[in-house]
Amino acid sequence: MKKVGNHKSFSKILLFSLALVLSFSFTSNAQDAAAGKALFNSNCAACHKLDAAMTGPALRGVTERHDTAWLHKWIKNSSELIKSGDAKAIKVFEENDKKVMTAFPQLSDADIDNILAYTSQPKEEPKAAAAGGGATAGAQEGGVSNNLVLGVLAVVLAMLVAMLLFVKNVLNKIAKANGIEAPVKEKSLPIWIAFARNQFLVLVSVIVMLLVGAYFIYGYLMQIGVDQGYEPIQPIHFSHKIHAGDNGIDCKYCHSSARVSKTSGIPSLNVCMNCHKNINEFQGDADSTYVEHTKEFYSAEIQKLYDAVGWDKTAQKYTGKVKPVKWVRVHNLPDFVYFNHSQHVSVAGLECQKCHGPVETMEIMRQHSPLTMGWCVNCHRETNVNVEGNEYYKKIHEELSKKYGVDKLTAAQMGGLECGKCHY
Amino acid sequence: MKALYKIVALVGVSVVTTSCFNKSKPNYQFFPNMYESVAYETYSQSGAFKNGKEGQLPAKGSIPRGFEPYAYENSTAGYELAKANLKSPLDSTKIDSKKGTELFNIYCAICHGEAGDGKGKLVKREKFLGVPSYADRPITEGSVFHVITYGLNSMGSHANQLSQEERWQVVDHVMKLKAGL
Repeated sequence: MKKVGNHKSFSKILLFSLALVLSFSFTSNAQDAAAGKALFNSNCAACHKLDAAMTGPALRGVTERHDTAWLHKWIKNSSELIKSGDAKAIKVFEENDKKVMTAFPQLSDADIDNILAYTSQPKEEPKAAAAGGGATAGAQEGGVSNNLVLGVLAVVLAMLVAMLLFVKNVLNKIAKANGIEAPVKEKSLPIWIAFARNQFLVLVSVIVMLLVGAYFIYGYLMQIGVDQGYEPIQPIHFSHKIHAGDNGIDCKYCHSSARVSKTSGIPSLNVCMNCHKNINEFQGDADSTYVEHTKEFYSAEIQKLYDAVGWDKTAQKYTGKVKPVKWVRVHNLPDFVYFNHSQHVSVAGLECQKCHGPVETMEIMRQHSPLTMGWCVNCHRETNVNVEGNEYYKKIHEELSKKYGVDKLTAAQMGGLECGKCHY
Repeated sequence: MKALYKIVALVGVSVVTTSCFNKSKPNYQFFPNMYESVAYETYSQSGAFKNGKEGQLPAKGSIPRGFEPYAYENSTAGYELAKANLKSPLDSTKIDSKKGTELFNIYCAICHGEAGDGKGKLVKREKFLGVPSYADRPITEGSVFHVITYGLNSMGSHANQLSQEERWQVVDHVMKLKAGL
């Protein structure tokens, strides 16, 4: 017994140590690549991607194209290598449109080895896509089961009704067979004739109907020209939720003229390209709980942007063939009212969300506020104006405060209700 | 049976009246000719020009009021020249550090980080990689202005979002951040 036990434990130790050695070697490799990834992201990723050309060429498998010693020299100072007349260096330089690569003398040989280890990792299979597919299938199953439950309920109800009718029938038959007559109902006056004969009731109901009708007609007339909730489909799907919400890009990054002009500004496509020159496909797989469409859908929308602005993704160049985008205007004030964005954004310092609502949660842009005069005036009545640090108008502000007997002036008290301020 | 007909009619009418509102279409307007401007409005269509747009490029060679022509060209040589020679026209009285900070936080911090360390929100979320810290780059006033104006590598030009004066305010803030890193 004892001997056998010893045998077993010996083989166990052997296996265990083998596993340890193997796992150690794996982790050490992984560590190299992981360190390389961090270095790559902070130093190289501004110009290089692994699988697509950017400012510089794609780098996956670069160690197969060039030998490691040469790569070390190139990364540390490529322009020196080109100047020294290295034929290979000159060839690479000319192949890439003579773009100068930044020198990285601060990277140690070990760092560069780590980076090269990262670039020679095989491409990961798109696991996320499979997982996503599974998730959507799951969601569909959920929908089906919900419908199923409802259907079953409906069937059960129908069966109950049928059973009641059947029972009634049977009871009637039994009653007949036993010679019991069911009591016959006396025919009473129909209810509408009784109603028509009571003149007071008719009068009251006519008045009520007129009032209700007037209420609905007034409601209908008052919403003419009010586009609250207007949610048009744009030629290129743009998700404010992803850009302003999840990525936290400031509204004024794209709508920059809201700071300085009357209109908030629809960003020209070069503003999109400030980021989308690099981001050429949807990258939200890792945290895609917040998106409402598939990766393919979003990537196709980015491709629409490239087509419109004339950007060739593979050559990383503008082709010059542009197709202006016909955006659909969402917020539109009538011509007879003047509204200036800069006055509200820069001078008053209002948040965009005050009028436009929670845009950072909107997948499709929607008009949040009614944009009626009553709505404007209401805000002017309620909002206190920050007059501090405005020495030039100090005297006027003091006199206005005295006139209205308040500490803090509202926009209305400073003339925000005068017709001519907005209608002229 | 009559009651059933009435219920169906009532439901039908209410469905018809409520379904008329289509979210993707604008509402009716009362006197649309008072709503629509006769003069050209920003982004409006106009038959007066060949491409049908109100927004036109300025004539070649025209200079907007208050604009100073920029002497350095968009190339590596221009970058080096600007880096060596270009100096901010703003003296200490004209520098508005509050405005510079605000503009930096809108236009730059999303990638470069509010501290200028290259750790903006887009970098942290790995949407946009390889943004250097200002401490690691030999930048000068001139080179920062040049890069905001023309862009460099992956960074695009921000000249249409920031006026020349605003760019100099941002430059001042960037240099302050670099000194503090």
